[in-house]
Amino acid sequence: MADKPTVAVHKFASCDGCQLAFLNLGANLLPLAERIDLVHFAEAGPVNLDARVDIAFVEGSISTPEDLQRIRRIRASTGYLVSIGACATTGGIQALRNGAHSAEWLRQIYASPEYIHSLATSTPIAEHVKVDFELWGCPVTGRQIVAAVNALLLGVAPRDDADKVCMECKRRNTVCVLVAKGEACMGPVTRNGCGALCPSFGRDCYACYGPAENPATDALARRFKGLGLMPEDIARRFLFINNQAPAFYAAGHKARGTGHD
Amino acid sequence: MTDSGKKKPGRRPPRAKAGAGTEKTVSIHVPVLARVEGEGALHLRIRGDAIEELKLRIFEPPRLFEKFLEGRSCDEVPDMVARICGICPVAYQMSAVNALESLFGTEPGPWVRAMRRVLYCGEWIESHCLHIHLLAAPDFFGYDSAISMARDHPEVIRRGLALQGLGNELMGLLGGRSVHPVGVRIGGFYRAPSQAEADAMRDKLEAALPEAEALVRWIAAVKVPQDPQQFTCVALRHQREYPMNEGRIVSSDGLAIGVEEYERHFAEHQEPHSTALYSTLQGRPYLVGPLARLNLNLDRLPAQARDLLADTGIRWPSGNMFHSAVARAVEVYYALLEAIRLLAAYAVPEAPAAAVVPRAGIGYGCSEAPRGILWHRYAVDAQGRILSARIVPPTSQNQARIEEDLHSSLRVFGLHHSDTALRSHCEKVIRNYDPCISCATHFLQMQVERI
Repeated sequence: MADKPTVAVHKFASCDGCQLAFLNLGANLLPLAERIDLVHFAEAGPVNLDARVDIAFVEGSISTPEDLQRIRRIRASTGYLVSIGACATTGGIQALRNGAHSAEWLRQIYASPEYIHSLATSTPIAEHVKVDFELWGCPVTGRQIVAAVNALLLGVAPRDDADKVCMECKRRNTVCVLVAKGEACMGPVTRNGCGALCPSFGRDCYACYGPAENPATDALARRFKGLGLMPEDIARRFLFINNQAPAFYAAGHKARGTGHD
Repeated sequence: MTDSGKKKPGRRPPRAKAGAGTEKTVSIHVPVLARVEGEGALHLRIRGDAIEELKLRIFEPPRLFEKFLEGRSCDEVPDMVARICGICPVAYQMSAVNALESLFGTEPGPWVRAMRRVLYCGEWIESHCLHIHLLAAPDFFGYDSAISMARDHPEVIRRGLALQGLGNELMGLLGGRSVHPVGVRIGGFYRAPSQAEADAMRDKLEAALPEAEALVRWIAAVKVPQDPQQFTCVALRHQREYPMNEGRIVSSDGLAIGVEEYERHFAEHQEPHSTALYSTLQGRPYLVGPLARLNLNLDRLPAQARDLLADTGIRWPSGNMFHSAVARAVEVYYALLEAIRLLAAYAVPEAPAAAVVPRAGIGYGCSEAPRGILWHRYAVDAQGRILSARIVPPTSQNQARIEEDLHSSLRVFGLHHSDTALRSHCEKVIRNYDPCISCATHFLQMQVERI
């Protein structure tokens, strides 16, 4: 079949874990590979950076001057651009360097920082080019990837699940760790997608899927204070894997007293 | 693996075809290395019959993890360091909890100890199978990817993907998911699997054992170049077990030190062309990873695995880096045996974790990541906050050895080959190390403790 849809998987600053959503499909990887033509996916083999494709999946955040050029080339040569995972969608955990003394950090880490070409910030893909769809999560799952591919092949927008983790706990009858154990669970403000994994392990959600829609961050911060958390502890709950997601960024800096409102 | 180069008389370094005095300069640049984890490139310049310049360039942007860890509570460390690598998150979690527990004097007990081995078995199976089938095998069969290879060898690729899937499932049993598992905490685990879950998992592992045995026999029969080299192997070594979470750091040259003594013997330095630091042992490159681990711990394998290893017809310890794939396959088989053994004795514990009381000081931890020893050091204050961190991943330890290997193996292979052949040979050599470039770039030596 010459007219299979063409797909590229690109990587920027990341841990490679979201690309693994493809490679960890197990036996399902081969049927998927029959339906699409994987034109560029360096980790899996094919390298063709500038090929024109129907769908480009992008993992990782923009953190070097070269990244800025490359993401524009990718945008120019793809039909749809889908960002996958926390790094691509919010800048990721490495965005903790934004606003910090990153030049100073580089000097402390490298004997010759002049060899390192790095921007002062780690930023999401959508800050630089138009993104058609975002898959949240650290990491995204194979289910999210396959559902997105299927939807785009059918010509419909992939379903955006912005429900809260709490909803999933209720559906699964998982005991609420915030109410029952007093854990500082981020479930009330976090987007579902993991299947409420942490509460099912009896522990607090740490918000690896980013903010849900209409997250009541102020109310949750007050609740955390009631549990005895200090302002800096509350700030760190929000300023973690999705620290640059606007709702978490604002809540974290408000708790720390460095917010603008 | 059988040695395809065996019958060629005297593998002298061949001379370039260019006539004497002709200065032929060949420049090969591989801008994106395929089938490795992370972003790297290779630059090779040959003048006449000599390598003028050879650089494995790692340009994965630095993510500065060691700095983010500062000021975080020690409880956050396992979730944080997992993000360094999506392929070996358990290794990062294990080295971190080993370091922090040794500082705090935490005794997690035999159940936690056993289940950490089971979790690690899952990661070895997942990571090694991914490497063997999706990254390395296409080289030896002349395909650009496992997906195209699967059209002609569907059973081999399917078996590999199924074993990889089983590794993921085993990680899920204790971690909830295989990429950035959520089950690990200092002191143990957040949750213990039920007896039924553990039993069902053991049944699946037992059913897969013949598949893993077939994998070893298959990979050992693949023809590879014969290119024995002299190099120093470094791995953990435990009194009784094949090493994962415990042991002393030993080398094939007789080094045997405690984990806390690492910095007295190993040093890192920066090269202009790479964002990963280079590690050396007493000034020399060295090897970590499955081949080094196996070479140094042959007597720690159970009889079943030793017998299978003997059947490969390879003389161990091996100095042929192309035997790394066999070492990985043997470790997959061993990891299945070990997880079966540990789960056979499974019982739900009273508590899945020991109590943890932080104290100030410096903690050191090391564990055997799929790609070799992963060393961590944390300075912690009395409240359990991280003051500074240093993390030395396997790939930056192997970086100097990879370049040394490329120099040597290109001479053996012959510089007169076409650019395409040279490039392809270099890629094969590099992939023997299963470099994880994402990991290598994230940690770098700290020269100042605090801002």
